[in-house]
Amino acid sequence: MRGKTNWIITTLLMLGSILILLPLYLTITIALKTPQELSKSLLALPEEWRFQNFLDAIEITNFFNALINSSTITVFVVIFTLLTNSMVAYAIARNMHKKFYKFLFYYFVSAMFVPFPILMLPIVKQTSSWGMDNIAGLILLYIVYGLAFNVFIYVGYIKSIPKTLEEAAIIDGASTWQVFWKVIFPLLAPMNATVGILTTLWAWNDFMLPLIILSDRDQATLPLVQYLFQSQFSTDYNLAFASYLMALAPMIIVYIFAQKWIISGVTKGAIR
Amino acid sequence: MQKKQNTYILMTIPALALFFIFHTYPVLQGIFYSFTDWKGYGEWNFVGLKNYFNVFQDRRALSAYGFTFQFAIVSTILVNIFSLLIAMGLNAKIKFHKTLRAVYFMPNVLGILIVGYIFNFIFAHFIPDIAQSLGINALSKNILGDPDLAWIGIVIMAVWQAVAFNTILYLAGLVTISDDLYEAASIDGAGPWKKFWAITFPLIAPFFTINMVLAMKNFLMVFDHIIALTGGGPGQSTESISLLIYRGGFEGGEFAYQSANAVIYFIVIVIISVVQIRVLQKREVEL
Repeated sequence: MRGKTNWIITTLLMLGSILILLPLYLTITIALKTPQELSKSLLALPEEWRFQNFLDAIEITNFFNALINSSTITVFVVIFTLLTNSMVAYAIARNMHKKFYKFLFYYFVSAMFVPFPILMLPIVKQTSSWGMDNIAGLILLYIVYGLAFNVFIYVGYIKSIPKTLEEAAIIDGASTWQVFWKVIFPLLAPMNATVGILTTLWAWNDFMLPLIILSDRDQATLPLVQYLFQSQFSTDYNLAFASYLMALAPMIIVYIFAQKWIISGVTKGAIR
Repeated sequence: MQKKQNTYILMTIPALALFFIFHTYPVLQGIFYSFTDWKGYGEWNFVGLKNYFNVFQDRRALSAYGFTFQFAIVSTILVNIFSLLIAMGLNAKIKFHKTLRAVYFMPNVLGILIVGYIFNFIFAHFIPDIAQSLGINALSKNILGDPDLAWIGIVIMAVWQAVAFNTILYLAGLVTISDDLYEAASIDGAGPWKKFWAITFPLIAPFFTINMVLAMKNFLMVFDHIIALTGGGPGQSTESISLLIYRGGFEGGEFAYQSANAVIYFIVIVIISVVQIRVLQKREVEL
């Protein structure tokens, strides 16, 4: 048994991976073709690479503007999520024996079961009347809505950190803030990586929240731009696919380089 | 000591306040409006449970529930079958282990909306094109344009995208099973089928529970898939509950009515999740 390669399963998995790669292959080749070439054969490689599609798509969708919007949102959301959500979870985890913190824990965690549509209509009214129908408002909402799940996984992790290190720091005269930032936060590194990855994927790919919150087109994120673009220029497939590819590319590039951490991060996040 | 407690309070109060203002308060508002006839603007009156009764008699709402359930159940089952099979494959003694793993996990990082647009093209042009050149008449039309078949297209795309995530979880469970168990079973003369049902499946039962609950919950909230593939059509054959609440609430002036629908939807999701967890965890204990 041990050490012997199972070629049947290897072959099956390789065949199966075609199903994953085919849509991506189509996306890349169509993005590089001309409309005439597209009508000839869908599967063939492009005869000559037409980069004009990308230039046109950049112009029509205002790609760089959307890229900056999406990046800004993702970076701020990730940084503030890590700094604030971990702190909240720390205070809860170290005080779970007290009623208030126990209540807080269940209060946040129970929000995981609340489907978004139930607050969708009121939150739009609220954000627009408070002048928060913009990127800043969106960032705040992502940080706040992440609490439910992040508190859940941070608390589980913090409970497994022995208290002795903290006690030593306290004897040395450290305040609770110092204990958190100097002792606990660095120890949270693996969980911070997990939360960071999950938050990045969510903030980058989310479509519904930008759709309902953002009122100014100039602030549109990459997914939202595809949506707006689709409803206007749906017939030019080469252009559309160049645009899709550019929107997908940043995450694919990150994935290729950080694949190992992303996979283990997602695993850790999902199993409490 | 008191100072320490104050610090903990300071660490949590801002988060609690923001969470209440931007999550709980809107939820309460939504529930409140569900008992009124508010259109989203202008004056309003209390109407009691009228909105709720109307949802149950609303053909469009009922068909949205029907479609969403049908889609969520079929997708949940398919996703779990495929992801368990792929995870078992990736956990076997295979070549190109790392590359294959990376390929199978990739859809998880791709945004659903854009994947949906790509699949839209595949259903509209690629599959009919291939089918025509091979002379398969049944597949030469765009299934997304057929009210009876469009939901299958959405299932295919949703499963393609979601299998990656569930595979990761199953694989995390499978690597914890020791090889010794399988070797012992082999010595006792157990075949692959027997090994699966007697060892693999019982030992990954907690992962099966998580996967079923998460997949079902996510699929019940389906929104991006529909926007990208069919927009709810043809007709209203693929309109999901989320899409109906969004459309009716923002575009149709049915703010209060769709709030009632959202409350019902909320209750349905909670009940399904709780029942699933109960039933599946009971199974875990028995095994």
